[in-house]
Amino acid sequence: MKKTNVIKAENLTKMFGEFTAVNAISFDVKKGEIFGFLGANGAGKTTAMKMLIGISTPTSGKAEVAGFDVYKNAENIKKNIGYMSQKFALYDDLTVKENITFFGGIYGLSRTQIKEKRTTLINELGLQEVSNELVSSLPLGWKQKLAFSVALLHDPKIIFLDEPTGGVDPITRRQFWEMIYKTAHNGTTVFVTTHYMDEAEYCDRVSIMVDGKIEALDTPKELKKQFKVDSMNDVFLKLARG
Amino acid sequence: MSIKIEHISKSFEDVTALKDISFEVNEGELFGLIGPDGAGKTTLFRILTTLLIADNGSATVAGYDAVNNYKDIRNHVGYMPGRFSLYQDLTVEENLEFFATIFGTTIEENYDLIKDIYVQIEPFKKRRAGKLSGGMKQKLALSCALIHKPKVLFLDEPTTGVDPVSRKEFWEMLKRLQQKGITILVSTPYMDEAALCDRIALIQDGKILEIDTPQEIVKHYPKKIYDIKADKMYELILSLNTYEHNHSVYPFGEFVHYTDQRDDFNPTELIQFLEDKGLENISIQPTEVTIEDTFMELAR
Repeated sequence: MKKTNVIKAENLTKMFGEFTAVNAISFDVKKGEIFGFLGANGAGKTTAMKMLIGISTPTSGKAEVAGFDVYKNAENIKKNIGYMSQKFALYDDLTVKENITFFGGIYGLSRTQIKEKRTTLINELGLQEVSNELVSSLPLGWKQKLAFSVALLHDPKIIFLDEPTGGVDPITRRQFWEMIYKTAHNGTTVFVTTHYMDEAEYCDRVSIMVDGKIEALDTPKELKKQFKVDSMNDVFLKLARG
Repeated sequence: MSIKIEHISKSFEDVTALKDISFEVNEGELFGLIGPDGAGKTTLFRILTTLLIADNGSATVAGYDAVNNYKDIRNHVGYMPGRFSLYQDLTVEENLEFFATIFGTTIEENYDLIKDIYVQIEPFKKRRAGKLSGGMKQKLALSCALIHKPKVLFLDEPTTGVDPVSRKEFWEMLKRLQQKGITILVSTPYMDEAALCDRIALIQDGKILEIDTPQEIVKHYPKKIYDIKADKMYELILSLNTYEHNHSVYPFGEFVHYTDQRDDFNPTELIQFLEDKGLENISIQPTEVTIEDTFMELAR
């Protein structure tokens, strides 16, 4: 069975004045795929991601996300994707319950749906005892797992994760990846950036951006073969250092 | 001894940030404080740089007491906090000059020490610090922390959120600074950076789990670790989690690191178990212990 593409980008470009931040990138991401989006700081990852999630209009090129055009249907894209970043995820001064309710409302879920989701989510994450505590009092690892689940509240087709595991302890980092695997297994596409190269190995396919261009795109296995090295870390060093 | 920490504890309201921490850092040593966010690393840095006072215990830095001789410490240490804390609306050059002036020195006097690092951002010296890229900010912050030729350098998570290439370059810079006789205490959540330190302390929830050289720390690992691979990663993890004899199951790049409860673990039996679960192309090989394995075992 041929899997459908949920992200299609063709010569997608973004310029800021004279500076080309994203330089004609083309790639497809399949349904249920875990797609690793790597690159050095300043390579253009964030700019590219902003175009894909519908908050920045491309200078040129084409892109379709979850079946919607990034120029014409940005609002529909936002309704059909989830987004979680390390910098912004949850409101610290709302409780666990309040955060879920708030984001459920933002995503347009009904009261009944919110109530159901809230109960399931709190039980699944084992947060029963802290459900009325402020999010600021939770350990970072719990916050990240909660943020991930909140970004999935409206059953999006794709979830975008921007460095979701930065600074998290190694055990929680792995539990987080088990959640990612589970999500992908259930058919949601996962688009993830990370600076942990062992995590690049967990992805089905990985793209590496260098100076605004995608310089490599394949499965971790093929990339290692192509660059004749043993780890994704070495692939990255070889590419980004030239 | 360059840094001496004795029985330091610190709480904030009902949160205990540090619990009875003691260790020493030798002169000229590159010492790593390895642990996740919330482990207490920043609190310890703030105590050692005299920005916070511990509830209990004492510390000396470069021979000075952290409470009684705090002014001497401030003159003799460089501190690069985790959050970028230079003046965003001053240029690169102005920031550096400002820090040199408040320490009663000039850029020229200690230029030697920062030259390696500063030449990389010198082309942008007229640019405001707030407009620099992440990597350049990091280099400027390090230059500013070094401009008064400190005896001890404190670096709080200098590489968090930094890509692997820039991280590698940063550690090469640290090695060169060490050769110039500067003692360095550096914290990081990246376990692979631990191997680059002379000695490390593994820290979690305000407690030191272990202190030693990276080479010795991995030797203390109590179990034999196996790399396991199969065609489907997620199914492999799920299956291993249900295997009754497992001790730990952790994804590690393209493999799963597996340890068994039994001393006489027999891989063929596990291969059979996994095959019965429908997995294919299974391989089980003994592998080397990493700092990350040790950390996870200690933190369990």
